[in-house]
Amino acid sequence: MNFAKSARAVFAGLVALSLAACGINSVPAAEEEAKAKWADVEAQFQRRANLIPNLAEVAKGAAENEQTILREVTEARAKATSVQISADNLGDAEAMENFAAAQGQIGAGLGRLLASFEAYPDIKSNQNFLALQSQLEGTENRIAVAIRDYNEAVRAYNTTIRTFPDTIGANIIHGAEPITPYSAVTPGAEEAPTLDLTSS
Amino acid sequence: MLSRLLLILAAAGALIASPLAAQSFPALSGRVVDQADILPANVEAQLTAELAALETQSNRQLVVATVNSLEGYDIADYGYRLGREWAIGQEGEDNGAILLVAPNERRVRIEVGYGLEGYLTDALSSLIIQNAILPRFREGDMPGGVVAGAQAITSQLQLPPEEAAKIASQAGQQRRSDQTDGGFPIGALIWLIFMFLFFVLPIVRGRSRRRKYRKRKKGPWGKRDDDDDWDDDDGWGRTARDIILWEVGSAVFRGALNSGGSSGGGWGGGGGFGGGFSGGGGSFGGGGASGGW
Repeated sequence: MNFAKSARAVFAGLVALSLAACGINSVPAAEEEAKAKWADVEAQFQRRANLIPNLAEVAKGAAENEQTILREVTEARAKATSVQISADNLGDAEAMENFAAAQGQIGAGLGRLLASFEAYPDIKSNQNFLALQSQLEGTENRIAVAIRDYNEAVRAYNTTIRTFPDTIGANIIHGAEPITPYSAVTPGAEEAPTLDLTSS
Repeated sequence: MLSRLLLILAAAGALIASPLAAQSFPALSGRVVDQADILPANVEAQLTAELAALETQSNRQLVVATVNSLEGYDIADYGYRLGREWAIGQEGEDNGAILLVAPNERRVRIEVGYGLEGYLTDALSSLIIQNAILPRFREGDMPGGVVAGAQAITSQLQLPPEEAAKIASQAGQQRRSDQTDGGFPIGALIWLIFMFLFFVLPIVRGRSRRRKYRKRKKGPWGKRDDDDDWDDDDGWGRTARDIILWEVGSAVFRGALNSGGSSGGGWGGGGGFGGGFSGGGGSFGGGGASGGW
């Protein structure tokens, strides 16, 4: 009787340990980590979107060409704010691609705009523009860091749910699905640029 | 056969070693890490004193670092990794900053921890670099530029006197409570109570009940009363309950451990009290500004 009792206690301990080791805790922990990192990514993209209206002020003195780019950036921003991914939907690879494409368009437009402002000495030396430029640069940095942290968290999560022993708990208890990492897509980045040297 | 095995082992070793060798950082030898050797000893000592004073006054850590090589990375990329590697700033507050100079790449950066991004904004960091640091660097006055930059950052990071006094008194209390507490293991106590309530007590009660039960079985009525106790269904149900209790207990235990750890970590920096200097566990997210000359 006593032996059976202690045997059962030992068995209970073993089952508890093996349950703890097979991902009952580590899978949700890794998933929440990835979701939190995704929230960071979205926050940094939002930060960049919030800076764009300030550009209009700076671009006042610029020519039609820059106004066109600015309009494109503003439109891209309006479009990108409608493309959001909720934290529960991170496994959707297509949504992630759309999101990256929308953000990539803003990024490309901003880059062109800032580069074209370099041609205007009065804009370039404008204190507001310098401050805005450093803010945009800093935000791009933060976006890069947030994306890298997110991808690292996704990698950890996807590894967790696919490797033994955590995969047992991931499949049986949590029904965990892999999460899509963020890959920056620049529209047309796969095509080599054609340099037209004959004109101008 | 043996040689092939060795080859496989070597390949495996290379696989394991390669991520480690990806990027190297100088050791955090003090508040001023002059790997590139551009600062004279007296400047270094003066800077160290100023940076230590900043931490005593505001609890914020600023480190000046000069590196020989960015190893092919962009300085912004290198900077935040360096900050995370060194863990500058207090844990939880992430209030550290690094003035990073790479004289060979002719790049300079102010790397700002998460918690200081509101005080040392990108625009302000950029202004400090453009106005205080770069003009001197362009004239070849490296120590002058570093000192001017560090002083500009320091004056921005210093707190108004009343807030500084609050921090100083908090620090005093913290140290005092650390001493009186003497590291009393409150987490272990909670754990012991749980062990007692959920494991020891039921076992003891179960034993006494079983003795009663045996007696009762011998009694004349032969009545098996399903008494109210939770201990009398089959062994499997009990095992399941033990597992659940185990999980609850270990979760509580872990929670207690974590909270104990973080409350102790607040002053993990400990750089102010003589001895060696170390980061307090802060983290970085790419804030700050860079410049080149």
